[in-house]
Order: sequence, then structure tokens, then C-alpha cells
Amino acid sequence: MFGKLTLSAIPLDQPIIMGTCIVLILGILAVLALITYKRKWGWLWTEWITTVDHKRIGIMYTLLALVMLLRGFSDAIMMRSQQALASSNGHGFLPPEHYNQVFSAHGTIMIFFMAMPFVVGLMNFVVPLQIGARDVAFPVLNSVSFWLTAAGALLINLSLGIGEFARTGWLAYPPLSELPFSPGVGVDYYLWSLQISGVGTLLSGVNLLTTILKLRAPGMRMSMMPVFTWTALASNMLIVAAFPILTATFAMLLLDRYLGTHFFTNEGGGNPMMYINLIWTWGHPEVYILILPPFGVFSEVIATFSRKPLFGYRSMVVATMVITLLAFTTWLHHFFTMGSGADVNGFFGITTMVIAIPTGVKIFNWLFTMYGGRIRFTSPVLWTIGFMVTFTIGGMTGVLMAVPPADFVLHNSLFLVAHFHNVIIGGVVFGCFAGLTYWFPKAFGFRLHEGLGKAAFWCWLVGFYLAFMPLYILGFMGMTRRMNHYDDPSWLPFLLVAEGGAVLILVGILLQAFQLVWSIKKRHALRAGADPWDGRTLEWSTASPPPPYNFARVPQVEGLDAYWEVKQEVVAASREPYEAIEMPRNSGLGFFVSFFAVIGGFGMIWHIWWMGILALVAFFALIVWSSWDENDEFELSATEVTLFERANPHAA
Amino acid sequence: MMLRSTAVPPLARLTTAMACCGLLSACTEGVLLPKGPVGAQEKQLLLEALIPMLMVITPIIILTLWFAWWFRASNARATYRPRWEYSGAVEFSIWMIPLLVILFLGSLAWTGAHQLDPYQPLASKRKPVVVQVVAMDWRWLFIYPEQGVASVNELAIPVDTPVSFKLTSATVMNSFFIPSLGGQIYAMPGMQTQLQLQASEPGNYRGLSAQFSGDGFSDMHFQVLATDEAGFQSWVQQAKSSATQLDATAYDHLTADHKVGQVAYYFPVSDALFDHAIDHATKRPELTSGVSASNPGTTLLSAGSEH
Amino acid sequence: MSIDVASLDMPSEESGPQLPSRQHVTGFGFYVYLLSDGILFAALFAAFAVLRTATDGGPDGHVLFSARNAFIETACLLTSSFTCGIAMLACDRRNKFVALIGFLVTAVLGVVFLTLEIREFADLIAKGYGPDRSAFLSSFFALVSTHGLHVTCGILWLGVLLVQFLLRGFTPAIQRRFLCFSLFWHVLDVVWIGVFTFVYLVGGYL
Repeated sequence: MFGKLTLSAIPLDQPIIMGTCIVLILGILAVLALITYKRKWGWLWTEWITTVDHKRIGIMYTLLALVMLLRGFSDAIMMRSQQALASSNGHGFLPPEHYNQVFSAHGTIMIFFMAMPFVVGLMNFVVPLQIGARDVAFPVLNSVSFWLTAAGALLINLSLGIGEFARTGWLAYPPLSELPFSPGVGVDYYLWSLQISGVGTLLSGVNLLTTILKLRAPGMRMSMMPVFTWTALASNMLIVAAFPILTATFAMLLLDRYLGTHFFTNEGGGNPMMYINLIWTWGHPEVYILILPPFGVFSEVIATFSRKPLFGYRSMVVATMVITLLAFTTWLHHFFTMGSGADVNGFFGITTMVIAIPTGVKIFNWLFTMYGGRIRFTSPVLWTIGFMVTFTIGGMTGVLMAVPPADFVLHNSLFLVAHFHNVIIGGVVFGCFAGLTYWFPKAFGFRLHEGLGKAAFWCWLVGFYLAFMPLYILGFMGMTRRMNHYDDPSWLPFLLVAEGGAVLILVGILLQAFQLVWSIKKRHALRAGADPWDGRTLEWSTASPPPPYNFARVPQVEGLDAYWEVKQEVVAASREPYEAIEMPRNSGLGFFVSFFAVIGGFGMIWHIWWMGILALVAFFALIVWSSWDENDEFELSATEVTLFERANPHAA
Repeated sequence: MMLRSTAVPPLARLTTAMACCGLLSACTEGVLLPKGPVGAQEKQLLLEALIPMLMVITPIIILTLWFAWWFRASNARATYRPRWEYSGAVEFSIWMIPLLVILFLGSLAWTGAHQLDPYQPLASKRKPVVVQVVAMDWRWLFIYPEQGVASVNELAIPVDTPVSFKLTSATVMNSFFIPSLGGQIYAMPGMQTQLQLQASEPGNYRGLSAQFSGDGFSDMHFQVLATDEAGFQSWVQQAKSSATQLDATAYDHLTADHKVGQVAYYFPVSDALFDHAIDHATKRPELTSGVSASNPGTTLLSAGSEH
Repeated sequence: MSIDVASLDMPSEESGPQLPSRQHVTGFGFYVYLLSDGILFAALFAAFAVLRTATDGGPDGHVLFSARNAFIETACLLTSSFTCGIAMLACDRRNKFVALIGFLVTAVLGVVFLTLEIREFADLIAKGYGPDRSAFLSSFFALVSTHGLHVTCGILWLGVLLVQFLLRGFTPAIQRRFLCFSLFWHVLDVVWIGVFTFVYLVGGYL
């Protein structure tokens, strides 16, 4: 009746886990109680849960990312603490069975449920505004994508209290992830939650790609698109091309675990090396999916705050598209040590280095954007400069490991761990924080408190260097990754410094949380109009926050930096009368699809087959039901538009 | 594979030694203090790639900080160029500089990959010692087919003699790595990989698995005893005095057992045991193999710190 | 006071370039989704290519596959694409009857295809050559079943569409959905040609 699920799935004998679960449950109950007390359920349902507005959906993605940052970071600090305590083969406080879940969860959550939603959230919010569109191409699908991602996040968090998580690392290599070596539900939690959120991501890729290619404001040729939109285009092209490979690969591993097939098993002719090839054919484009939009953020930020156009727009665009293409040519550098032979290793070493060329070009372009500028050191600019320095170092260590014999001594060591954190934190995380701070006033009508933002930045920057520079050294000293305990005491000092760095980052995160709360409290003093930064692109021409329809009149675009050129001319003319605007209706499809996705995923994980079938039937029924009413738009009357536009002047 | 003379300037070597040891403690071993020719060449390649790159990125970082400071809004002395967004000369340079660097590094990558191919035998007057390696959960089995002995978690090798490794795994992917001697290679079930290493100094070195393989992974290290030829022969004699034999059945028991960290010796060792190991990995295993001591059928969290 | 932004202005009679129609945008988006589906199949084809010799001592395609069965399946699918095309032309001309017949025949041919395929699978499994027998068979079953599942979803989709069509006729939404369905169906046909060629012909009969 309940498959493998029994009461013993709850880890009552693990105090750390039980403590965490109790705190989480109490926290969730508190939030639910608060909503009930303030009678906000109706508001929550109509304004957020069933919304199809890209701006709201972008905000929800970002909120999900920030919450999951806390979870992923807790895992990180547990890992650092364990390693700081487990010198000379001490046991620390996390036995291997637990520690192995912690580092697997850390990687999985940070990549799939922190970085991806953060980047997708920014793209969702900003791109339609930048291209002068009213929404994305498929608003209901957008909602479905968000809720599927949330469903995946929920499933992974359920594994904390019911059952266990994978103990395989964030990519779950076979044969370790096959049934004989991972018979528990951990790998199944991993696979189902990522399959579900993967569908959401793929649909979002299709959505944003269509939006950018088909819904730009009249007159906006591709050569006039803002750079962030270009990087969003590149990232979504990569999503559409790469995520199906992940889906197929995970499906094969699921088939191995559920139907006894032999894709990657030891027996029956299975080929674990094929998994590694397939997963990295997705995995390498994935890191470009993550980094390209932050590159776009930095372009927007540095141009705006230098009060100059971005240097070398065309070569920026060319570099971005070259990176997009080359992203598919480098995957083998993740396993030089698997013995592919000198020709193959050499070839992929070279392709990996070639992709560093357009990346280097971008760094120079940002540098020369600053040159001749009048730079204001707002916190987005601090994040940008921090990125330029940090990412350059990280990129260098990556090119170093692209030399196969160098990789032979550094593969899977803490040097590798330092490298990818260097580029992901220095690139993706810094970029997302810059973007968050930059576009926050557009989304909410008030700025984030600058002083707290700057303090948080410095904590993150110094904390990052303290946490990861020692790891480069440890890699040279021969320490490999994922160790629960070790016997060489000379490693301890470095690990203690790293722990200190992690604590400093924690302070940074706490400052950011406080910044959010404080800014909300002081939002009247921090109020921002339409264009608080003196921006250059179209999103700054709307009110803050923009109305549901974004633009009362679809803009006519005549050049690059569409808003900047136009700001220079001041023409007094009335924009009235306004016309009625067709708006998409709210839809509960996303929420309900994800509700059943969680049920179905949970059922499949625990072998409760009827739950899986129920979910499948429910999907079908939901799709038929939602398609039945063809009238999925409503009209916002001209009067309503006029009233809003008069009440919210933009270009304040 | 030829030994090349070091061309790295002394200053670079000093800085990297400092980087390795850090400020707080002397380091005893690692990738930058190789004890063998393979490791030495890999380290050299590493430095040959690292130093030029440092020379390129250091000015970039300095320029970044300098431009940011000089062109700050409050600096009236800086020239404001609000329309300067393109320059052919700058464009050309910023594509050329990375291109030239990558041309250089690419050639390093290609030649290095060929010269340091782990499958290529080392040039030496001496006949290589053959060691067959089987990665298990969670220890290493070393079979010496020519000497007819085997050991667990202890690898003895004679100094200045090439060692030719053939590697496989009994269960899941692992990576055979001796940081002091040179690069690693994956050990994979049902497959055979190869690696060539050589020690140039006697000593005790650390070996480990560099590919996560489960709950006992952190204990999967082994000792490398590099001695002179006489020392190696006496080690072989010591192993031969073992009363435990290693045939196919004993091997199957060994793979199913999950003890970690114990050194053991075996003599005699069946012929073609390594082939049996490769073959055996592809047989359908017991469902309880490869899992820690707790009951595999239910959730494993009840294991606690039972390890 | 608000600064009016001149170029954001637009006269009430639309004179400049227009945004594409919903039909166009939906069709394009669905096409992009189909490209991603193509990559899904590409990954499964790649797995098949790698594993086609991993028979674990068991039989390979030459022994197992029936060319006759594959030919009939191919004929069904290709014909169904043709009838789907006829139906779409009828939609353009708003001919309800021909459209209905065209789509119904498409669905029937799809069902015939599926029946033949399920029979082939059941037969193989009964003989002990199911997907758990060897890596080769795993990859065969995965690739061909993924295609078959797509066909199944297509037929279910068509069923729902035809009900809506009977109730409402040629509304814009239903036209859009027929467009997407026909794109889907034709792409499945192309994928099948790949399956037929590489799995059955190259891997079996030739």
C-alpha cells in the first residue's frame, strides 16, 4: 500500500536532522499562521500563486533561490566544520553516511535550486521589460515552469526528514548510484526531483527563447538588443539544447534502478563511462547557462554606473554567441583522467582553452567600459569589480587544469573545488547579487539599503578568499575532495582558515537578510522612481514597479540603448489617449501540476505505484481541464490603463 | 618519455614552494614536491602554464582596480569620454592577446598530453615492475604477477625503476593517485586502465583514491614504500612468508568484505587473478555488497556512527 | 513632472512593424520544443550506438528484429503523416468533414502502429529478451518506447482535440492546437525514419 515507506524512514535517532526538521516545520507553521492571521490567503492565491505575470514569477524564482541558498550554505558550513574537526582521523560530528549526503545535497541544491532559479528569475523579470514586451510568449507555461522547479525543491527538502538523500556526489556517477551500491531512496529522491524541475527549466528555455526572438518591440532589431537580453538568449538556447540530454540520461539511470535495465550497470553490458560522457555533455553547457546572464548583468551595471555605453557591443555579442557554440565542445575536460588517450585529451584541452578567448575578450570590454567613465561605486559596481578580479583568477585555474597532465595531478582535488567555486561564486553568485540589487528598485519601487549592501559585499569578498584560497594550496598538498576525515595534520591550518572564511560569508548572508528586512521597513525613505540609476535600457522607462501590462503603448525602438538616446530629448506631448490592453488571465495550472508532481515523485521514490499513476492521470486531467476554456485573456479597459498611467508617472 | 631539463626560473620555484607550504606549516609532500620523474614533468608543465598566465592576469587585475579608482566620479582630473565605445586598435588587441596566450597554452596541452600519456612506457634501462591494481570497497589490492605475491594497502616499489600499473575496480569507479609520484588514473569495473610511475627517492609516500566511492572512501589510502632494490626484494620475501593464499575464491571473499585500513599480504597468488577481477566485476553482485555495515534494505540513517 | 519620451509614443493607427500573431508565436515556440525533443532522441540514439554491441552473450538485432513488422509500422506512420497533412489542408479551407476524417484516420493508423509495436515488445519479453536482458536490449527498448510513448501522447491529445473540435469547430485556439499537433506528428515520423533506419535496418536486417 505504501511501497517502501515505513515509519522508520523518519531519522528519529539523528539529532541534527531532527532538530533541523523541527525548526523548519515550526518556521513553516509560523508563516502559515501569519498568513492566516492577516487574512492574506486570497491575496496570495490571486496575486502570487496563480499569477502568470513574468515580473511576479521572476520574483518568486529569486525568492526560491535565496531560501535554497540558506539550505545549501548550511550544508557548506557543516562540511567545513566537519573537516576542521576531523583532522588526524578524528570523527568530527558527521559520520560518513551523513556527511556524504550533506555534500551531495550541497552541490545539487546550489546548482539546481539556487543558481538556476536565481538566473532564470532575473531573466524572467528583466527580459520582457528590456525588449519592450508585455510579457513572455507563454505566460501560463511560465507559471508551470516556476512551480515545477519549486516542486523539485520541495522533494529534495522532504528527503531530509523522510528517508535519506543520495550519497553519490551531485552528479551521481554510476556504478555507485546504481541499486547494488545505492539501494536506498536517496538517489531516487535526487533523480525524481531533478527530472521534475528539469522539465520546468526546459519549458522556461523554450518560453524565453520564443519571447526574445518573436516579441521584441517593433524596430528593435537584434543588433539593438541590450546585452543582458543577448546573454539571456544565449543561455536559453543552451537550456533548450542541453537539458534534454540530462532528462534522457537521468531517465536511463531511473530505468536501471526501477526496471533492471543495463545502461550503466556493471553487469549485462552496461557502460558507466557512457553516463559520464552524457552527463557532462549536459554539464558543461550548464555552467555556461549559469554564467552568461551574470555576464550580461555586469555589462548593464558597468555601463550604467560608468555613464558610458558598453565598450565593444558588437564584439561582446560575438563573444557571447561564440561561447554558446563552443560550450558543447569541451565536456571531456571533466574526465581527462579516465584514460581516453593523448589525442582525445589533447583535443579537448585545446577546445577548453579556446573558449577562454571570448571570455577574455569580455573582461577587456568591461575594463574599457570603465575607461573614460565617471564611475559611481554603488553596491552593484562593487559586485562587478569583485567579480572581475575573482573570476579572472578562477578562469586562470580552469585553463591551467585544461592542460591534461596538470589535470592528472589536480583532478578531484581541493584545487578543483576551489576553481569551480571561484568561477561560480565570483561569477554567478556575484552577478546575481549585482542584478538583484540593480533591479530591486524596479521590481518593488524602493531601493535596498546601500550601506548594508556594501558591508555584505565585503564580507562575501573577503570571506570567499579566506574560504577558497587555502583550498588551492591544499590541492597542491594532495588533499582530495569529499573527505570525511583525514590523517595529515599539516592540512588542518588551511582548513581552519577556510572555516573562518565560511563564517565570514555567513555574516555576509545575515547582513543581506537584515538588509532586506530593514529596506522593507524603511521603504518610504528608500523610495525609487522609474529610473533610480539613470539607466540606459527600456526597463527604466516604466514605472517602479511596472504595471501588469509593462508598457501602456508598445515602444517603437530606433537604436541601441533605446532609453538613453531618447532621454536626451525632452519632448512635451501627451501620450493619451490609451487603448485597452489584452492581458492573460491568472491560472492555477502551474500550482496544481506541481502539486501532483510532488505526489507523483514522492510515490515513485517510495515505490508507491498508485501515487505515481494517480499523478499521471491528474496531469492529463489538468491539461484537458485548463485547455477547455479557450478564453484565457481578459481586457484591461482604456480607463484602467489611463488611471494607472496618471497615478504613476515614469521618468521621474 | 624523455626527462627534460628544468627551464623554470628559480624565483618561480621559490614562490610555488612558498605557495605550497603556506605560511603556517612545513609541508611534507604534495604535487609541487615530486619524488619521481613523471611527477616532476607534470609539475614543470603546470608551472610553464601557470607563470605566463599569472603574467597576463596580474596586469589585468591591476588595471581593473586602477581604472575603477582613477575613473571614479569624484575624480575631476580623469577625462570623461561618454561616447567612447569602440576602437579598432583596442578591439584587435583584446582578441589577439587571449588568442596568443591560448596558442601557447594549447601547444603545451597537446605536447604535454602526448609526452605524459599514462599509457606510454617510461624510457629506462631497467625492466619495469608490473603491478596490477584492484580498487575495492574500500581498500587497494596490489598484485605482483612476476613476483607471485599480493598485498593490500601497501605498495612496495624499487627506486629508479619504472612501475607499470594495470588497474581495475571490483565495484565502483575509483581513481588511483600517489601525489608525490605523479598523476592519477581512474580504476573502473570491468575495464583496464594503465599508468606508469617511477620513484627517484626512497621514502614512504601517501596513496589514495581521488574518485568518491562510498562510505569508506576517506579510509581508502595506502602506503607507498619506495626502497632500493635490496629493500624491495626483502619486502617480496616478507610477503612470501604469508600463509594466506589468494585464489579466485579468496578474492571473491575479499571483495565482499568491507574492512578498511588493514595491511595484508598474500602468497601464493593465482595466475590470471587480475583477469578474474575484471571479469568478476561484471557479474551480478549480491545486493548487500558495496554498502556499509548497516542493513541495506531500509534507510541507512539508523546506522548512526557505526563505521 | 513627467518627461514625455517621444519615441515611446505611437499613433493610434498602427503604422510601423507589428508583433507576430499568436498563431505564429505559438507555432514557433512549439517548434523550438520539438527541437529539444529531437535532442532527447539524439541522446537515446547515441546510447543505442554505444550499446548496440553490448549483448552480454545474448542475441543482437539480426536475430531479434522482424523486418516485416518494421516495414508495416513504417507504412502506417508515413501514411498517417499523409492523412494528417490532408486534414491540415482541410483546416485551412475550413472543411470540417474532411478534417475530421483525416485526423481520425491518422489516429487509427497511430493505434495500429502502437499495437504492432506493443506486440513486438511483448513477444521479445516473453522470450526472455526484455530490456533487462542486456545493455543492447535496454537501449533498444528505451529508444523505441520513448518514440512509442510520444505517439501515445499524440493520439490521446488528438482525441481530446477532436472532441473539442466537434463541439466548437474552427476556433483560433483549436486551429493553433491542430497546427502544433501536426508539427508534433510529422516530427515523430521523422524520428521514426531514424529509428527504422538505424535500429531495424542497420542494426537488424542489413
